[in-house]
Amino acid sequence: MHELGVVFYIIKDVKAVAEENHVEHVSSVVMDIGEVSTVVPHLLTDCWRWAADKEEMLKGCELKINTIPAVTHCDDCKKEYETVKFGKTCPHCNSNNTWLLRGNEVEINSIIV
Amino acid sequence: MLPMEKVKVIEIKKSVFAENEKDADDLRKNLKVKGVYLLNLMSSPGSGKTTTLIQTINRLKDKIRVAVMEADIDSDVDAVKIKEATGIPSIQLHTGGMCHLDAEMTRQGLDNVTLEDADLVILENVGNLVCPAEFDTGAVRNAMILSVPEGDDKPLKYPLMFSVCDLVLINKIDVMPYFDFDLERCKNNIHQRNPKAKIIPICAKTGEGVDAFVQWLLAEVNAWKNS
Repeated sequence: MHELGVVFYIIKDVKAVAEENHVEHVSSVVMDIGEVSTVVPHLLTDCWRWAADKEEMLKGCELKINTIPAVTHCDDCKKEYETVKFGKTCPHCNSNNTWLLRGNEVEINSIIV
Repeated sequence: MLPMEKVKVIEIKKSVFAENEKDADDLRKNLKVKGVYLLNLMSSPGSGKTTTLIQTINRLKDKIRVAVMEADIDSDVDAVKIKEATGIPSIQLHTGGMCHLDAEMTRQGLDNVTLEDADLVILENVGNLVCPAEFDTGAVRNAMILSVPEGDDKPLKYPLMFSVCDLVLINKIDVMPYFDFDLERCKNNIHQRNPKAKIIPICAKTGEGVDAFVQWLLAEVNAWKNS
C-alpha cells in the first residue's frame, strides 16, 4: 500500500548516486526486499514503472528485486527457523522469545548503468 | 565487430528508509530544543481517534498548551471538528494520496503550527494499520488506538504497528459485551509483539479511562521538557 512512497525514496537516492558518479542514464536498479518487509514486489514494480518513466535519467530503467527469505532466531533454544511458516512461535521449542534475524530489508543493493 | 557495451555496477547497499530516519532524528532534536512534545497517533479508520482527541484535549487544555495536526488523504472534517469542540489550534494536512506521513511531511506541517505556543502537538496520522508503521514521523512517541469492534486478534495481523507503539489505547470498551472481544487475550496478543507497550482501556464516548491517558501524556510531556 505504501509502495508508491517507497518508490519516491528509491528515485531520490538513485538520482543522488547517479549524479555523484556523473551517470546520465541508469539501466537497472537492484533492490533487496525482505519477505516480511510489507513491501509487495509486484506493486513496487508497478509503481516504479509509473514514476521512473517521468524521470529523464530513469526512462525504461528496470527495477530488479532480490527476495530475502525471512529467518527468525529463538533466544531459548538458539535455533533458527522460517518466519513465514511458523511466525512468532519457535517450532523447535514452542518459545515466543524470538526475534527476526533477517527478512525486513527494503534496501537499494546497486544500480547498473 | 561492435565493441561490447560497457556495463558498470555501482553498489549502494542502503535502506530506503535511511533518509527518512535521519530526517526524523533531526526533527526530534529540533523539537527537543524548542521543548515541544510530538505524539504520533495511529489507528484504523473509524476507531475513534478524533472523539478520543476531543475528550483528551478538553481535559488537558487548562494544564498545558496543545495543538493538533490532522493528516488525511482528503477533506478537513477532522480539523474543523477538533477546533469546534475544543477551541485549540488545529491544522489539516493532505497527504496527496499517500497512505502515510513521513518525517519531511510532518516537518512541513509543523511549519504551520506556532511551536512557541505549544507544549504538546498531536499528529493524527492517516487511518491505516499498515503503512504509517513503516515511517518514523519524528515524533517522541507512537501511540495507537484499537477499538473493540475491530477484534482482539489485530495485534497478530498487524504485528509491525503494535511493535512500534509505546502506548495502545483500547477504545469502545462499553460495547465489549456485544462483540467477541476478550480484553485479556488482546493484552496478551499485544505483549507478545511488544512486551513494553503500555495499554489503557478507554471509552471515548463516556470518557471512561481517558484520565489515565491524560496522566500518561502529562508525565511524558514533563519528562521530555525536563530531561
